Amino acid sequence: MSDTNLLTVSDLTVHRGAAKILDRVNLSIAKGETLALVGESGAGKSTIATALMQLLDGAEVEGRAELQEAGDLLSLPARQMVKLRGRRLSMIFQDAGAALNPAYTVGRQLTTTLRRNLGLTRSAAHAKAIELFTSVGINDAEARLSAFPHQLSGGMQQRVMVAIALACNPDLLLADEPTSALDVTIQAQIIRLILSLTRERGASCIFVLHDLALASQSCDRIVVLYAGQVVESGPARDVLTHHRHPYTRQLESCVVEIGRHDLVAPEGTVPPHDQMPKGCRFATRCPRALDRCAGEAPPLTPANPAKDGALDHVFACWNPE
Amino acid sequence: MLVQALGKIGQTLVVLFIVSVATFGLLKLAPGDPVQIMLGSEYSQEAYESLTAEMGLDRSFLVQYADWAINFVQGDWGTSFVARTDIFTYGFKEALPVTLTLAFFSLSFAILIGVPLGVLSAVKKDTAFDAGSAVFALTGTAFPSFLLGILLIWFFGVRLGWFPVMGYVSPWEDFWTGIYHMILPGLTLSTYFIAMITRLTRASLIEVLEEPYIAAARARGEPGWRVIWIHGVRNIAMPLVTILGLQLGTLLQGTVLTETVFNLPGIGQMLTSAVLGREYGVVQAGVMMTALLFIGVNLLVDLSYPILDPRLRDRK
Amino acid sequence: MTAQASPLATKAPAPATNPPAGPPKTKRRGRRSIFVRRPFFTVSLIVALGYLLAAIFAPYVAPYDPVLQSYDAMMQPPTAAHPMGTDSYGQDILSRTIYGARFALIIGFFSVIIGATGGLVIGLAAGLSGGWVEWGLMRLIDSILALPSLILAVAFIAILGQGVDKVVIAVGLSMIGPFSRTVRADVMRVRVQGFVEAARLMSIPSLQVVWRHVLPNVIFPLAVQVTIRISEAILVSSSLSFLGIGVTPPTPDWGLMIAEGRDFVSFAPWMSAMPGFALALLLIALSIVGDGIREEFDPKGRRGA
Repeated sequence: MSDTNLLTVSDLTVHRGAAKILDRVNLSIAKGETLALVGESGAGKSTIATALMQLLDGAEVEGRAELQEAGDLLSLPARQMVKLRGRRLSMIFQDAGAALNPAYTVGRQLTTTLRRNLGLTRSAAHAKAIELFTSVGINDAEARLSAFPHQLSGGMQQRVMVAIALACNPDLLLADEPTSALDVTIQAQIIRLILSLTRERGASCIFVLHDLALASQSCDRIVVLYAGQVVESGPARDVLTHHRHPYTRQLESCVVEIGRHDLVAPEGTVPPHDQMPKGCRFATRCPRALDRCAGEAPPLTPANPAKDGALDHVFACWNPE
Repeated sequence: MLVQALGKIGQTLVVLFIVSVATFGLLKLAPGDPVQIMLGSEYSQEAYESLTAEMGLDRSFLVQYADWAINFVQGDWGTSFVARTDIFTYGFKEALPVTLTLAFFSLSFAILIGVPLGVLSAVKKDTAFDAGSAVFALTGTAFPSFLLGILLIWFFGVRLGWFPVMGYVSPWEDFWTGIYHMILPGLTLSTYFIAMITRLTRASLIEVLEEPYIAAARARGEPGWRVIWIHGVRNIAMPLVTILGLQLGTLLQGTVLTETVFNLPGIGQMLTSAVLGREYGVVQAGVMMTALLFIGVNLLVDLSYPILDPRLRDRK
Repeated sequence: MTAQASPLATKAPAPATNPPAGPPKTKRRGRRSIFVRRPFFTVSLIVALGYLLAAIFAPYVAPYDPVLQSYDAMMQPPTAAHPMGTDSYGQDILSRTIYGARFALIIGFFSVIIGATGGLVIGLAAGLSGGWVEWGLMRLIDSILALPSLILAVAFIAILGQGVDKVVIAVGLSMIGPFSRTVRADVMRVRVQGFVEAARLMSIPSLQVVWRHVLPNVIFPLAVQVTIRISEAILVSSSLSFLGIGVTPPTPDWGLMIAEGRDFVSFAPWMSAMPGFALALLLIALSIVGDGIREEFDPKGRRGA
């Protein structure tokens, strides 16, 4: 992995009790790059984001996640982690309505972030808040600052979340299915908003998505997860058009029912944690499964051995397409 | 919201009416004919009838009630023969402040101790501390307060001699002496509430800490104490205030017992001596004051909801 | 806290809302009995049963006559002859405490029965009537609840006078309010299902509807409430006696004994402490038993109610 990477995650493994939610996940993201984590519900996409923020309660986390100039996010002491959150790392949640504290005005939640993290005065924070609200496309920003979360529409709430997340110009934004609670028409707007604002600031962004088409349109690279493992990753266009893993194909061809949290899944379901096959985890549902697949786990293989570099396209399959 | 509040106030007035009718009826149900009692054993039929008319007892129940209610509102509550003063002075000006002071201090103790204890057990969920506070919460809510009071008198008053065991000094007049006299009664009365508030705070906070906005607050760099106190505790205010309003009755009956244990001249002592002396007017006054307090505070609790939870402000 | 994205990471989904119909179903985890799963409950139940036995067999268990006064043995500290000491009349405190269990349980049981019966009648009426009658009855219940049960009981005692039977009635009447509210809530849950209306439409006699559909759904939670509230009744009745307006001396009542000992607390603390601990232990045991029963059979809980 090259040194220019903003974040390098290696062998990230998460256990919750006996269940292994993530299994040796490797990924990296360069400065200014956008990365999509794609997969079904339960694939562990959101767990990656929360683990990176050290917000995963009641789970054992192993591995490393090296953030430039900060160290290993997974083992950083809580005190230092508090200083990184909001300033260098920030996160946008699935349901903005639930992620905003109902007891305080949205303005107060934004300005406390500005004042605490950037040390702004009350009036400077107020001015900056208006500027931020305007930049995320909230009309009549000043008036909206004194609104309570329940007084805003879902799209507005998510715009507020975006404003709070980008308030302190973070290096890395984690967007955990930022549009799954929204109407279809607003989904694209919000995604575009996040992309343009992060690009403007030169920030990197990890999107957690379940829609492969949306991911390939909006992100530079895609990581496909299945049952806690990376099954295929590479540049967005390669993964979409030249995918090698049968699961990626199913993701691509299946009908996406927009507005639902889950996509209409490929046939069958992810096996429960205590019945995970020894070999390829997808083998039970795979139309191309060989005898070998059930007993032996396929390693990540370069799709195009001739080329190399950070944007390498890899997959884990014994019988690729 | 205004309509809602008016509806609530209307409901409260109806309840107030029923309570006052019932309380007035109490006097009518009480054994013994007041006219007979006043006349003694020897009297003529005419004397009986004229006194009945003089006392207005020949009028209909409703007229008598209206008369009584108007007098009550005007502060004319009759005379207590035992206390040798009018009941309004005795009950409202002398006894009620004692009871309210005791209730106020106990509740303050309870909130100041119970909320942090509950927060701590929620944060330290499933540790020895949490288990210890659970045991305390259970025994504290079940332990009879009057027994606790006697044990405290015995230990801190008699054995150690640290605190006065009886007598009342108003903290509003002599603050420190008053507080000093209020410590044992306050502890007696507040133990139940500390236990209850601890239990409730713990349960509600554990629920609130699961909410996404808590994770979001952490995600934008808020330190742990702010996450718990500013984002967590703020959102348990509503269940806390609701339960405290409903438990006000328990607080009032606790003061009655505590006053007896520590010989404080409050409503409790007033009621007890009135029952023993068969002074129904005084019992009436005590019951009315208690009911008014309870109804009033619960109305305030209801009206405070929109302040505590902004989401309720815009609801029709 | 990964929210909905990964159900594996979050806690198990909440069970679907309980069907309001039928006797409440309790999910028994595994086949282990409640006594194994809840050791505190078991111990508390044994303690409570111990009190019950002591109450029933008081004449055989108690070493002395509870009202036998002995001027040679006044205010003795605990000795072999008097394991809990004697009081200011030389009465044996152990014997009085054992007989006290009898009075406490009798008063607690019968007053709860009065409260539950009254609550059932008012609650059913309020829940089934609808319209202005329901509104009026609800305000009536509110009015009863506007007075704490002890104050209400004091008011009734003022009319009725003192004595064991009077205490039972006063405490029973004072508990009607809370009972009627829970009964009404249960009736409402049945009514939501609509078969009361449906039966009315099919002109099935309403008494039959109440008997066949409403009562079975109300009686079981009411029984749970009865067991939970016995400790409250015992507390209120002993409070009345402590205030000196409940049962009259020399009845061996715990509240009365504690009050009598209060004046001697500086030199004979056992006079209050012994009956006091008997009362406290019973109340704590009953409250654990009550909590256990409620959590086991009434999972939604009516804690706030």
